[in-house]
Amino acid sequence: MSDNSKGKATSRRQFLSGAAAVGVGAVGSGAARAASPDPLITQVQEWAQATGEGVDATPYGLPIQFEKDVVRRNVEWLTADTISSINFTPIHALDGTITPQGCAFERHHSGAIELSKPDYRLMINGLVDTPLVFTYEDLERFPRENRVYFCECAANTGMEWAGAQLNGAQFTHGMIHNMEYSGVPLRTLLEEAGVKPAGKWIYVEGADASSNGRSIPLEKAMDDVLVAFKANGEALRKEHGYPVRLVVPGWEGNMWVKWLRRVEVTEMAIESREETSKYTDTLEDGTSRKWSWVMDAKSVVTSPSPQAPITHGPGPLVITGLAWSGRGSITGVDVSVDGGKNWVPARLAAPGTDKALTRFYLDYNWDGSEMLLQARAKDSSGYVQPTKAQLRDVRGENSIYHNNCIQTWWIKESGEAENVEVS
Amino acid sequence: MSKYHKLFTASAIGLCMAFPAYAEKFGLGRPALPEEIAAWDLDVAPDGTGLPHGSGDVFTGEEVFAEQCAICHGDFAEGVDNWPKLAGGEGTLADKDPLKTVGSYWPYLSTVWDYVNRSMPFGNAQSLEPDDVYAMVAYILYSNDIVDDEFTLSHENFLEVEMPNAEGFIVDDRDTSEAHFWTDEPCMKDCKESVEITMRAAVLDVTPEETEANATETQTTVQEASAEVEVEAKEESAAEEIAALDPEMIESGEKVFKKCKSCHQVGEGAKHRTGPALNGIIGANAGAVEGFKYSKAMKAAADEGLVWNDEEMSAFLASPKAYMKGTRMSFAGLKKEDDIQAVIVYLKSFGG
Repeated sequence: MSDNSKGKATSRRQFLSGAAAVGVGAVGSGAARAASPDPLITQVQEWAQATGEGVDATPYGLPIQFEKDVVRRNVEWLTADTISSINFTPIHALDGTITPQGCAFERHHSGAIELSKPDYRLMINGLVDTPLVFTYEDLERFPRENRVYFCECAANTGMEWAGAQLNGAQFTHGMIHNMEYSGVPLRTLLEEAGVKPAGKWIYVEGADASSNGRSIPLEKAMDDVLVAFKANGEALRKEHGYPVRLVVPGWEGNMWVKWLRRVEVTEMAIESREETSKYTDTLEDGTSRKWSWVMDAKSVVTSPSPQAPITHGPGPLVITGLAWSGRGSITGVDVSVDGGKNWVPARLAAPGTDKALTRFYLDYNWDGSEMLLQARAKDSSGYVQPTKAQLRDVRGENSIYHNNCIQTWWIKESGEAENVEVS
Repeated sequence: MSKYHKLFTASAIGLCMAFPAYAEKFGLGRPALPEEIAAWDLDVAPDGTGLPHGSGDVFTGEEVFAEQCAICHGDFAEGVDNWPKLAGGEGTLADKDPLKTVGSYWPYLSTVWDYVNRSMPFGNAQSLEPDDVYAMVAYILYSNDIVDDEFTLSHENFLEVEMPNAEGFIVDDRDTSEAHFWTDEPCMKDCKESVEITMRAAVLDVTPEETEANATETQTTVQEASAEVEVEAKEESAAEEIAALDPEMIESGEKVFKKCKSCHQVGEGAKHRTGPALNGIIGANAGAVEGFKYSKAMKAAADEGLVWNDEEMSAFLASPKAYMKGTRMSFAGLKKEDDIQAVIVYLKSFGG
């Protein structure tokens, strides 16, 4: 019987030390020869003899125990309290583009509330012909759309402005998720109430105690904004705004108001706390940009990365990552293994789609030497993801938000990786 | 256009006999009543739209602030721990570490009034009367040296207050100031001569440990195992006591406890927050939860042998500040006796 193959999730360090030995034998010789027969094959295993769990053992399934490390993580020192805080999607351990809801990052201002469908109301008021109240059931009767979009917090990568700080793609780039939303275009609801000609903005607000609210130009509201109630085919999770959230494609996550309860048509921006004291970007001379809504094109190598080191030694290596742009679709991603001296085009797993994550791969033959691994995204507007130096030239180091710089992972000969900055 | 759509349009037209002006409406939802709009439409715009009548002075504001806000924001709005600082920082916006406060950063006074009114105090939002909000905003202005201590803020003089950083903002200009990022064809080969590592994350070492969760888990198991034998007998009787608690009371107590949650945790894995973790608090000595920094008042009460039995806890929860002058617990108190009893039963369900 096998003695160590199940139950325990191998720690990163154990895994590395074990892998180094295997890796050496594999260099240059193609498939390695086994020294002795593999007991996993020659011996009858427990799972091949006894029966497993019956159906309904878990009416709503969770990932198998071996995947228990693939979870959202919090950085405690970032905020005063988890009730008003953020955690991070384990992007280093995911593949494809759709983020499972259960590990998609959370950002709350007054905690995740429990609001039932029967208790849900949505009000449209302000500069409209008829202020309206909708129930959840009402919303389900409007024509619906399905769209995949990324949602990125404006502060994603925000801890990296002054220098390389957090060691892992989850922490540097994990304030992002990408889901398929089902919902009603906000335009439909606004037209139902009838927008008056004086209306130029909307102000959207959530039902939680923070009453997080943001102003959005009417033009965007009438374009692609969705009032969503399903994500990845099922109801939104509590932490993502159940039963109804706003989806504001390509724009910063703070505007994607959760537990959406009110849309007010206004003449001007309300200039709420979340759009003045927060989510404004202070430049080097002390002036600050406001209304910087769109998320610039960005990419990151998710593996290998500090939390996903190379454990198999030299030879075939899958370099992979994510790219996205709030201005349109990803048209290409270049990868550099020498810190940006030379670049090669990566393979997009599928053509980029509008304001959604794109997965890229570089199928690489690693010779076991150090790499300074970078990715660089290009979007349909012709924008090319800048270096950190280029961004700092324009914005300084105090922006907090909208850091879309090229990220560097230093891959060492051991296969371990570290977040670094390069010249 | 699909058949369905045609059909639908036809029936929509039929529906619209009742609303002749709008041919494409679905007729879903119902008109919002004025009372409903008044209850939810609370936001205040920079020009003062939405501001209710009222006034409040700095002196009153200081009192309300001490009661409602100081536990997180500090007596002088200077901020406690990681909680936001509301005062100071003037002239620091171009520094390496800018201090962004109401005085140094916020461009509109309407934002302060609106935020305090709708979203504060943390854990007890929308509990303040307009006059209190005016007074607190006046105090915040005073703590930023924007007004003097005689100042009274009202809906009438609201727009006269000048915010120091009102002119400090520009509308997003990335399309022009960063136009050079739209390069279309970036460099692919020999883009720079040399590459050096200039900074490493490992130097700072502020990343949470990957295995932290597992490690804590193991530790706890070990501790629990060694302590198990000792406490088994005790636990049994404790379990009996908990079983004797009224489940309905526990349930309603849990609802009441929502008011406490922004500062206190209870249950498995409960940690200290702004207030101490409350497992086993009923029947425990006051000021005795390990690892929590109590106020002088609470320490004094502990020295005098205060025990949190039902009676003492009821009196404390009814009006914390009246019960114990100088407690850091900035909570107005539970008005209903039923709520107090329910929350005590709820707390008992976590041991006592």
